[in-house]
Amino acid sequence: MSVLKNNYLPLELSLLDHYRNNKVKLNNSSHPKIQKARDVGFEEFEERRLPLTSSEKWRNTDLRKVYEKEYIVGDEKPVFDKQINEIFHCNVHGFDTNVFALLNGWYYNSDEQQLQTLEDGIIVGSILSAQKIYPELIDSYFNELTKNSQHGLSAINSAVFTDGIFIYVPDNVTSKKAVQLIKIVNRDTNTMINSRNLIILGENSSLSFLHCDDSINQHFGFLVTNTEVFLGKNAKLDLYKLQNLNDQTTLVNSTFVQQEKNSQLNVNVLTFNGGSIRNEFNIDLVGEEAHADVSGIYLMDKKQHIDNQIMIRHLAPNCTSNEMFKGVLDESASAVFNGYIYVARNAQKTMAFQKNANILMTSDATIDTMPFLEIYADDVKCSHGATVGQLDNDAMFYLMQRGIPESDAKLLLMYAFAAEVTDKISIEALKINIDDMVKKRLRGDLSVCDKCVLHCSTPDTPIEFEIDLSKI
Amino acid sequence: MLLNIKDLHVSINGKEILKGFNLGVNYGEVHAIMGPNGTGKSTLAAAITGRDGYDITSGEIIYKGNDITELSPDVRANEGIFLSFQYPVEIPGVSITNFMRTALNAKREFEGLSPIPAGTFLKKMEEKKKLVDIQSKLTNRSVNEGFSGGEKKKNEIFQMAMLEPTMAILDETDSGLDIDALKVVANGVNALRSENNAFVVITHYQRLLDYIVPDFVHVMFDGKIVKSGGKGLAIELEEKGYDWIKDQVVNR
Repeated sequence: MSVLKNNYLPLELSLLDHYRNNKVKLNNSSHPKIQKARDVGFEEFEERRLPLTSSEKWRNTDLRKVYEKEYIVGDEKPVFDKQINEIFHCNVHGFDTNVFALLNGWYYNSDEQQLQTLEDGIIVGSILSAQKIYPELIDSYFNELTKNSQHGLSAINSAVFTDGIFIYVPDNVTSKKAVQLIKIVNRDTNTMINSRNLIILGENSSLSFLHCDDSINQHFGFLVTNTEVFLGKNAKLDLYKLQNLNDQTTLVNSTFVQQEKNSQLNVNVLTFNGGSIRNEFNIDLVGEEAHADVSGIYLMDKKQHIDNQIMIRHLAPNCTSNEMFKGVLDESASAVFNGYIYVARNAQKTMAFQKNANILMTSDATIDTMPFLEIYADDVKCSHGATVGQLDNDAMFYLMQRGIPESDAKLLLMYAFAAEVTDKISIEALKINIDDMVKKRLRGDLSVCDKCVLHCSTPDTPIEFEIDLSKI
Repeated sequence: MLLNIKDLHVSINGKEILKGFNLGVNYGEVHAIMGPNGTGKSTLAAAITGRDGYDITSGEIIYKGNDITELSPDVRANEGIFLSFQYPVEIPGVSITNFMRTALNAKREFEGLSPIPAGTFLKKMEEKKKLVDIQSKLTNRSVNEGFSGGEKKKNEIFQMAMLEPTMAILDETDSGLDIDALKVVANGVNALRSENNAFVVITHYQRLLDYIVPDFVHVMFDGKIVKSGGKGLAIELEEKGYDWIKDQVVNR
């Protein structure tokens, strides 16, 4: 055991050093709750270390090569001398959002205002500022849910995170304009970034939140994010995660949600690109009649890897949950889906449904899908289903018999397969644009629109997330 | 001659289904192919349209003067061969409108034409829908998804009207239809008949042929045509049943 303990991976050594050397700075004028989270996180990390395939939940996601690289861990806060809208244009047509950004893990702001109250009453800003302005919220909510995580990456995130976004929707405040968070990585070295988000929705409140992970250079990046989400009574959150990263980026994204009575969560995870991505959701339905709808689509090729780990715990009666993840895997791409539904003894009248469907385009593409139900109540309706297949031969022949060439017929069927998930997006402008991104991603060619069979709504306008690097 | 099938032998998984099939179809003609179940009627349709898994071991399918046996299904379709499927496939997520627009434009590209303008396309859709009494709502739905048996068959004829094929094969189009739907489908087909196209109507029963009146009737048995005649042959079959033909074949 001692031999193993001492046999640290390069990233583990960097993380241990980083924390020990920066402990004072990290804790500088921190809220006691945050200080404690850092200490406990570090202790847990020392014990658990980085997750390897020897751990059951990481059996099919092997990050050893990622851990063996050298990274800059943590970073000095950059100087922000430009307004966010001067450097970033999200060209999602007709989709008007309040845009916020994290640059290299730091909340991006060009003035001293660290927390803003938006027109509709939603409070958004840096989590490091929130600890000073809303100490009571940090006290009640911060690091309350991360205990549900079982691995060292989530623990070390608590210990060394730099910054993150804080969103507070007070009671009875409803979102009129979606909040969009862009995470930008711009470093000329390999970088590990730990960010930490806290989202609190009060009673009878609502929020639409779009979380975009973009990377814009070709260096190796390792991004680890913990996001804690609290939904008060009758609160409603629409959460969209848009992941469009380069092939050198590894993302481990853990989202922890607690839902009170009659609250509603709609999650849509849209993974278009990325070297290796793991999305973890730990959702606790603690109030009666809470509802969680978690869906996702992943379109991967080359040697990309995607791992979705969805844990939904029904801890109160009359709650419902719906999971639907669909993926298209081309070339040597690999995917993991692990859907876990837990129904506590008192959670009677639970309805929980889970579905994972995959299309493998080649014999080299792989999917490991593991649906799991653990049920202690006796009056429940639960189902799970997983399918892995190729495109339907009968449908292919049908389309081709009508004169549609094989490549276009494949495209139509893949698009139709993905549409079941994208149709769930409730913001119309976002849906149209995501739809277009799916089409363009499937076609694999952003330039030849006019001959495309999918007839997207904006053929003349390429989808761009334009970031002007010269201004950063 | 538009279609000339010569001594066609077709196997599925090594088992020979068509055993020397011959058929000649001229422009303007309607040929009915009848016969008991399991005699190779649907295999014939699959072989002409180029479906995977149907091995042509010998013989030729000459269409417009060229052997098409090596062509892919989409090329055959764009050359004007259309199959109305016995069991139309449900394709969730693909709307009929997008499907037809894609198919029509594929054909136009094949013919060297530019894509059909949206307005012209929609007008054409409206016009052809009326032909088979399709309600407009249907075309916004996914292809065949949740359609009744009758709706599926109407949809096949609608697609045929949109694509205007030269050689249309109707595989058991009457199966699963009540008499009203049968009349609608038959009227649709009759409206499309012309001197510039031809039809092969595959059916088990004579009933459909009361409405789509054929020029020739062929009886298939054990992988080939064993008897040919005029439309009277269908009526004779209806009265005497297929055993009469079987006896003739066996005793020959």
